[in-house]
Amino acid sequence: MTPVTTMVAKELRSYFVSPVVYVVGAVFLFIVGLLSYLYIVFAGAQAIQLMQMQGGMAQLNLNDLVFRNLFSSIRFVLLLTLPILTMRLFAEERKLRTFEFLMTSPVGIHEIVAGKFMSVFLVFLGLLGLTGLIPLVLSLFSEFDWYPILTGYLGLALLGALFLSVGVLASALTENQIVAAFLSFGILLLFWLLAGLGSLMGDTALGQAVSYLSFMEHFDHFVRGLIDTKDLVYFLSGLVLMLFLTHRVVEAVRWK
Amino acid sequence: MIDVQQVTKRYGQHTALDRVTFRVAKGEVLAFLGPNGAGKTTTMRILTCFMPATEGSAQVAGFDCADQPLEVKRRVGYLPETPPVYQELTVTEYLTFVGHLRGLGGKKLSAVMDREAQRLGLGQVRHRLIGHLSRGFRQRVGLAQALLHDPEVLILDEPTVGLDPKQIIEIRELIKSLAGSHSVILSTHILPEATAVCQRVVIISNGRIVAEDTPEQLSARLRHSEKVSVTVKYPPVDGAERFKSVAGVQNVFTTGTTGTYILECSLGHDAREEIARLIVTQGWGLLELKSISMTLEDVFLQLTQHEENLSPDGEPATGRHTTRLTESKEQSV
Repeated sequence: MTPVTTMVAKELRSYFVSPVVYVVGAVFLFIVGLLSYLYIVFAGAQAIQLMQMQGGMAQLNLNDLVFRNLFSSIRFVLLLTLPILTMRLFAEERKLRTFEFLMTSPVGIHEIVAGKFMSVFLVFLGLLGLTGLIPLVLSLFSEFDWYPILTGYLGLALLGALFLSVGVLASALTENQIVAAFLSFGILLLFWLLAGLGSLMGDTALGQAVSYLSFMEHFDHFVRGLIDTKDLVYFLSGLVLMLFLTHRVVEAVRWK
Repeated sequence: MIDVQQVTKRYGQHTALDRVTFRVAKGEVLAFLGPNGAGKTTTMRILTCFMPATEGSAQVAGFDCADQPLEVKRRVGYLPETPPVYQELTVTEYLTFVGHLRGLGGKKLSAVMDREAQRLGLGQVRHRLIGHLSRGFRQRVGLAQALLHDPEVLILDEPTVGLDPKQIIEIRELIKSLAGSHSVILSTHILPEATAVCQRVVIISNGRIVAEDTPEQLSARLRHSEKVSVTVKYPPVDGAERFKSVAGVQNVFTTGTTGTYILECSLGHDAREEIARLIVTQGWGLLELKSISMTLEDVFLQLTQHEENLSPDGEPATGRHTTRLTESKEQSV
């Protein structure tokens, strides 16, 4: 086993013996399930209205009525849940003094950071995968376009990876898990609001730059079925930057 | 095997280690003695490449801790002050994780895990969660972690803390059995441990090495004089002066108890016979006469308290001496 897979295996084990994953997972899936139920009922109500107006069968666009709304909502649910998954990664090691053991093991810091990130990313992908049941079940009863749903899931995976990397960084900055979670909420909300700030600044170069920094617009493209290299670059470079900063922070902690 | 040259570590304004220099030969067991906060853990953290030294160089097994940390880490087994265990894992899971990080796997790993479980008495707890184990077992799991890859150099930060007396003896025996094939540094503030296990003792205080020698030689070197404790039934008013008149007696200290004196005699001069004769001929009623040997505890206290007791002009403050003497372990004649 390579050091990274060793780290991933150990972290997954730690996740699944603690109640955190089960609680976070249950809440996440419940909220997402409830949201999709609400959007579907709402879509149904609109369909009935349309039928009454047109007097015949109206073709419902589930992509627009359900999935676009659902993906936008999941974005917010992820912001609230993912920091809870990442907060323990480094903070707990520092608190319980196992950090010193990791740092004196013949393993590079980059391998530790990569292992920790990949383990929580796998947990997240598992949860996201379970929400795939929603379109699968819906496809039994109605017709819709799969393509924007797949790009939407790609967008969610990239967005989640970025959120998780911010959480990993926050966790490396402190030995208090609550502080780590709040720090990542703060950073993520800030980047959320940058979109609003950017549009407030209008169509200036600065305004565009500020909007670019926010993940909102980039994620929106995926939900609308667009795969743009620019957006891929945004998410992947953000991810790499966050993990690089984590590496530097972990390195610096030893010098204190 | 371990070569530390002029290592200094500063945390901002605070100097934790001040030009520390020492060596450990292959197969040697070295004890690090010192009060809490003296710099023992800092030294160990530098040797295990957890943190870099501010100045100076530290080499382990021929590799520099600053330049080739990975090579050093491969050859060192380290038990930090708090056993670095994951409470949510079982003992077997934890040791497997450690083994994989160390590049061990397959049959080799299960063989070394069996060896350590046997050696440290972990057999019956192998499948239990570490979080449910007692402090003593966690300490032993931590030790198993440090020994798993059979490292050339072992660095143990207070390895016997939290163990019961029987386990302490077992661990000491284990460390002794490692001597010869492994170089060991262990820190402790239990002095008999240093005497029992180590060939050499380094005493560190306020970040500086104040003494380095074998346990026996350390006490011999610091024994400037022989001390004799005397208790008489009818002490005379001028007892102190009368004892001082005996040939060879340099100093007389009175203690809190009436009738008990501590006599400091010049080295190599056994004045006990003379003292006894004086007491008997004067009819003071000899109750007890014994020589006091200096234990490692005294050496340790003398060395580490010396600096604290310095008055501003550099002279050792007086007044503590007597109390310390009466506290020393006494050896009946």
